[in-house]
Amino acid sequence: MSITVSLQVNGRNVSETLEPQTLLVDFLRNHLRLTGTHVGCDTSQCGACVVHVDGLAVKSCTLLAAQAHGTQVTTIEGLETEGRLHPVQEAFRSEHGLQCGFCTPGMIMSAVALLRRNPTPTEAQVREGLEGNICRCTGYHNIVKAILTASTHMPAQSAQASRS
Amino acid sequence: MNEPTATGIGASLRRIEDHRFITGRGKYTDDIQRHGQVHAYLLRSNLAHGEIRHIDTAQAKQAPGVLAVFTGADLRADGIGDLPVGWMTTNIDGTLMFIPPHPVLAVDRVRHVGDPIAVIIAATLSQAKDAAELIEFDISDLPAVANIDRATAAGAPLVWDGAAHNTAFHWQVGNSAAVEAAFARAHHITRIDLVNNRMVANAMEPRVAIGEFDEGRGEYLLHLSSQNPHVARILLATATLKVPEHKIRVISPDVGGGFGSKAMHYAEEVIVLWSAKKIGRPVKWTSERSEAFLSDRHGRDHKTHAELALDANGKFLALRASTIANLGAYYSTFGPAIPTFYSAPLLVGTYAIPAAYCDVRGVFTNTVPVDAYRGAGRPEAAYVIERLVDQAAHEVGLDPAEIRRRNFIPPDAFPYDNPLGAQYDSGNFGVGLEKALALADYAGFEPRRAAAKARGKLRGIGMSSYIEACGAGPSKIIMAAGAGSGMFESATIRVNPSGSVVVVTGTHSHGQGHETTFAQVVSDKLGIPIHSIEIVHGDTGRSAFGLGTVGSRSLAVGGGAIIKALDKVIAKGKRIASYILEAAESDILFENGRFVVAGTDKGISFPEIAFTAHAPAKFPSDEIEPGLEETAFFDPANFTFPAGLHICELEVDPQTGATEVLAYTVVDDFGNVINPMIVEGQVHGGTVQGIGQALLENCVYDPDTAQLLSGSFMDYCMPRADNLPNFLVDYIVTPSPHNPLGVKGCGEAGAIAAPPAVMNAMMNALRPAGVTELSMPATPLKVWQALRAAHA
Repeated sequence: MSITVSLQVNGRNVSETLEPQTLLVDFLRNHLRLTGTHVGCDTSQCGACVVHVDGLAVKSCTLLAAQAHGTQVTTIEGLETEGRLHPVQEAFRSEHGLQCGFCTPGMIMSAVALLRRNPTPTEAQVREGLEGNICRCTGYHNIVKAILTASTHMPAQSAQASRS
Repeated sequence: MNEPTATGIGASLRRIEDHRFITGRGKYTDDIQRHGQVHAYLLRSNLAHGEIRHIDTAQAKQAPGVLAVFTGADLRADGIGDLPVGWMTTNIDGTLMFIPPHPVLAVDRVRHVGDPIAVIIAATLSQAKDAAELIEFDISDLPAVANIDRATAAGAPLVWDGAAHNTAFHWQVGNSAAVEAAFARAHHITRIDLVNNRMVANAMEPRVAIGEFDEGRGEYLLHLSSQNPHVARILLATATLKVPEHKIRVISPDVGGGFGSKAMHYAEEVIVLWSAKKIGRPVKWTSERSEAFLSDRHGRDHKTHAELALDANGKFLALRASTIANLGAYYSTFGPAIPTFYSAPLLVGTYAIPAAYCDVRGVFTNTVPVDAYRGAGRPEAAYVIERLVDQAAHEVGLDPAEIRRRNFIPPDAFPYDNPLGAQYDSGNFGVGLEKALALADYAGFEPRRAAAKARGKLRGIGMSSYIEACGAGPSKIIMAAGAGSGMFESATIRVNPSGSVVVVTGTHSHGQGHETTFAQVVSDKLGIPIHSIEIVHGDTGRSAFGLGTVGSRSLAVGGGAIIKALDKVIAKGKRIASYILEAAESDILFENGRFVVAGTDKGISFPEIAFTAHAPAKFPSDEIEPGLEETAFFDPANFTFPAGLHICELEVDPQTGATEVLAYTVVDDFGNVINPMIVEGQVHGGTVQGIGQALLENCVYDPDTAQLLSGSFMDYCMPRADNLPNFLVDYIVTPSPHNPLGVKGCGEAGAIAAPPAVMNAMMNALRPAGVTELSMPATPLKVWQALRAAHA
């Protein structure tokens, strides 16, 4: 049995026929070849697979692709606007907020959602907000710094734009 | 976001590789789909120890989508060799360690939970998993030993019939007679028993392997998430797959962290290549996280008794230690080296201890093989000496800083031969200590403790003075100690006609930022812009050879090879320039990216020489070969010895046992630093792995069944952002004389120094409440229990 799933991914309409048990993360990686979204665990702990579904940060390993039918999904590949990096992407680079890069897409997607909820977080709020994302390389110091830096560089419209 | 614009040595240049990672365009092995690829799933033992009586794969072979099912018997029948051990340890009596077989797929027995039994290859992964359910097997349950205590108990079941008492080897280092004499005249002896808890590396990218075979050319291609693709290739060629080395190409593209666990030769690498040839399709295996816990090599897992002899002034006279190391069910590639050669010689730490002795007994257990994890032996040594020194300070009534001050190796004693066979290259431990004490406001601690007490909290401060050995390796030294091969490094500098440069290194970057750091070195040396330089790594088809990135060796050894190759390029450039500039070769200097005639304004730029080398009309090409490409190999004279001081300040809530790390100060001596931003990042990450070991992480097997109890991120407590402080990181610099860049290595230091610093802070906080000992990880439950017991 197969089902047809239609949704918008990074602003483009996609419609695919899938096995019903296909996870959103597998749909993104293997069907759409958007391999920036990663799989780092099998218990929904690590957050390497975080994407935005209708503007909310979601672990795409916990969602069936079918559950995303009719939604708007943004992945790390869709975060740039008109070829310009999102301020959070830019800050991860400028503050050395990544090493091996594997957790980075999920971290960035979580951070963008965090700053959307709370545009001027304290350090403690940033650390608490990253509770669902594991990084083994950086010790988080520079990730936290990057998100705090981004919060001071994020124009209001940018936060709006990434909502779409 | 103001960034420095400098790009040379010493600049915190932002990383060149970052753009692809922050935009989701990195290419990790699992992101690769080969044409026609199918999927492998491994059926693994759910028993810790058992005899395989019967495996029936007939039904599984008929399942939908299944192409093949193979067992250990199939591999053995085809001549596939055992997974090799690359290090031979010698027993005290001069005999060689016991060496058991290590089949790629278990043949007659399973020896740990997760030991692979069969591989199912199917069109989709879910079809392979479904088919695995159809394999019928009869494995008798044998008694298992889950840990060091159970393995060494009288009458313990044997993991290997030939290894009495489960002993793999019993090794020693040092001068026991000198030690006994010193202990006999000691004013005070401090004794300590320590457990170095078992760790799982947990790189965020699980291991992945894609094997394929080109029938026409007879060539194998392996895409592999690896720290050292050349090592995988040579072991496949010589030990397991047994095909000519030049018929295997291993590519390790972007790799999502390693921490040691991706440095070994694993069964899955053999399986995907062998089965790809068998079925004529590319075969992909991607580890799931639960599978990683059961199959990635684990780390640490030592028990040590150590004693320190002191004179009446608190000066150390001698040290003796006895360690039992859990090796798991089989030897991993470097397993026997970790608790012996890479650990014991550093037990005397940064101190002038005249005599020392250590014996190490390696034991088999029915657990996953144990091998290198970030620090690989040095964290275990640092934990012993630094806990011991703190305990001694407490017992003789000296401040922990003062007892260290009194015993440091003085700065004029280098090179320093320690009593366990290591020759330290350079250092200035006292200066590092004073700098760290000032940064941490150590002198002002007691008021902070008092203020915490008023809030009902127990506050503590603790330090560790670590030293480690990096830059593996000096081939002569490590091969004399048991290594199966040397550990030099290669570099090729390929200068394109237009003047851009490709650098091919045998090291591998999986988070360390080599594409930036190495480019900085080349830019600095050749005077060309950073964007004209490409660093290539991770492909045995492109690099001459290499031992990959392990043991903080890449810049010390790989950087040395790059400098040597650059010197050759410059020397050839001078010869060509002498013809263009019509001057004697000895009068040509290379300065700021130009070949110039000394004492004149005549010169020619590096890109012009690059072009001239490829347009050989202006120099005699029978004397000077056209082109501009040089390869160099660098084998260092000795290890490098990074050292430094960590200070941890924390508070314990006695009501809950919960600990909060409040301040963390680091002063490292890594020799010269190329990119301070990247180095600091390495320190943060390593330190958090060390804090994780001290407070959170523990790999636990059920003592009776040897089932892995901490087999997922639900059960194994990875450090998260809200468990951690910010870090204050600073440096002192004593360059290493053992490589051209004067660097020492920075990747593992944090993981080495942090566990004793945190635990010494913990003991400093808890001793006033009556706690006399606490083991890692100091979880809230354990701390709370220790406090309750102290009050009872």
